Amino acid sequence: MADVKKIATRESYGNALKALGAEHPDLVVLDADLAGATKTGTFMKAYPERHIDCGIAEANMICVAAGMSTTGLVPFASTFAMFAAGRAYEQVRNSIGYPHLNVKIGATHGGISVGEDGASHQCCEDFALMRTIPGMVVMNPADDIEAKACVKAAYEHEGPVYMRFGRAACPVFHDEDFQFQIGKGELISDGKDVAIIATGLMVAEAIEAAKVLAEEGISARVINICTIKPLDEEIVLQAARDCGKIITAEEHSIIGGLGEAVCALLSEQCPVPVKRIGVNDEFGHSGPAAALLKQFGLSAEHIVEVAREMVK
Amino acid sequence: MTAAEKKQLAITACKVRMGVVTATHGAKAGHPGGSLSAADMFTYLYFKEMNVDPADQKGADRDRLVLSKGHTAPGLYATLALRGFFPVEDLPTLRHIDSYLQGHPNMNTVPGVDMSTGSLGQGISVAAGMAKGAKLQNKDFRVYTILGDGEIQEGQVWEALMFGAHYKLDNLCVIVDNNGLQIDGNVAEVMSPYPIVDKLEAFGYEVSAIDGHNFDEIEAALAKARATKGKPSAIVMKTTKGKGVSYMENKAGWHGKAPNDEEYKIAMDELQAQLAELEAN
Repeated sequence: MADVKKIATRESYGNALKALGAEHPDLVVLDADLAGATKTGTFMKAYPERHIDCGIAEANMICVAAGMSTTGLVPFASTFAMFAAGRAYEQVRNSIGYPHLNVKIGATHGGISVGEDGASHQCCEDFALMRTIPGMVVMNPADDIEAKACVKAAYEHEGPVYMRFGRAACPVFHDEDFQFQIGKGELISDGKDVAIIATGLMVAEAIEAAKVLAEEGISARVINICTIKPLDEEIVLQAARDCGKIITAEEHSIIGGLGEAVCALLSEQCPVPVKRIGVNDEFGHSGPAAALLKQFGLSAEHIVEVAREMVK
Repeated sequence: MTAAEKKQLAITACKVRMGVVTATHGAKAGHPGGSLSAADMFTYLYFKEMNVDPADQKGADRDRLVLSKGHTAPGLYATLALRGFFPVEDLPTLRHIDSYLQGHPNMNTVPGVDMSTGSLGQGISVAAGMAKGAKLQNKDFRVYTILGDGEIQEGQVWEALMFGAHYKLDNLCVIVDNNGLQIDGNVAEVMSPYPIVDKLEAFGYEVSAIDGHNFDEIEAALAKARATKGKPSAIVMKTTKGKGVSYMENKAGWHGKAPNDEEYKIAMDELQAQLAELEAN
């Protein structure tokens, strides 16, 4: 994909907020001293009066967003995934989730592709944490187009939403006319031997893997799951019924993320072999994003290896 | 405030205290101590200060109260019930399975509750968010939040205080119920929050230090808060935990314990006597 356009989904987040802000005067953005990194600075420049910097105080920011939402505003609270889902977990759970308030959490710098900052900032637990909160929508867009659609859908959805965006640029593979719906998976390419169910930047890797596998005579279905919760159960069950073998791929701990959500569903309704690709039960470390992704097996090559092993 | 108004407030506060005792007795659990210490403030806020209407509970321009010390739900519930938000007769169902009167305030089940709280330190941030939301939309409603003096040991409280002063939220009034006791004992001994007034002033608040059982002082402090422009206000009210029930007063043990049948009777007899005296004068 060397000549494919690459954009970090955090850029998409900032751009989408700016565009939505023009249409919706009730949209406000909160930050915790990271407007430059979360790319909400794009919104801030356009609508400074609707950008509220909360300083380095994420717990307060999350609850301030909750309070603002009760006055009719639609707050997008932004910080790194580590601090939104991790540090402020209990604030999200009790002040947004429990009262089911209309707050959107824009969590950037998710996953190991944060890179050089190292393990303290590489949040690979956010899906697990956010999935356990009743009524929380959890989304992890795969490219620029999907990320922008996801922000728009989050605004239009009534209730709490957690969105994860990435720091690293990733290939744009959707067309501009892509139609997005919360809770709907996307069949990217059909296949019958194995289904690769991927999310976030692993979708582009899955697409690459399917091409390689096709050359070897292995027909791999590729499914993009942006909405981790609520999971599109039908697309997963159909894949299990049609292909009989499933690979999940996510830039998240193999504990508690998409892989476990898929396993939970299939074990009850359509048991088939599943291999989970993700960050194993270990912390990351510093390094360039691309090198880290390769080292931790979050790559098309690794998906190909696992698929070969499953299909043979 | 006329003498008649003050008398009526005292009578209502006494009935709030009876509601607290009745609710916690019915629940066989709950937090009477801090509910009783804040009963006079609850009463003044809902019966005199705040623009609220039981007939229009979610009115966009109403004043809000976030009970940051959410465990004192019995005090808030008794006040809301007496103010007409729901039947007083329902108070004994507090904490019962399938009752709408949840152990800690739930904005989606309890009429009149503006925010679900219970996890200490979060309510003040929510209140600050409401106040900021009002400013952004040019609305002139006011937001009140009541914290415990133990609660301000939570670091998030100071994040919220910074936020309130930074954004000059003069529509925000932070009330600290300084009853001096928390679960493990005296707040000064467990983890001293003192000097509270000096800290709030240093954080940029217009602070009133008052007797939280004196309606004249409550009125003056809230009036000063309303008149203060360009900065948020705080009221540190010295109170007696368990106020109004002799055996609960100044006893940390009554933070989170319900009266049994015998204790219930003693408490209600005492409060009935206080009520009769108030009505006779």
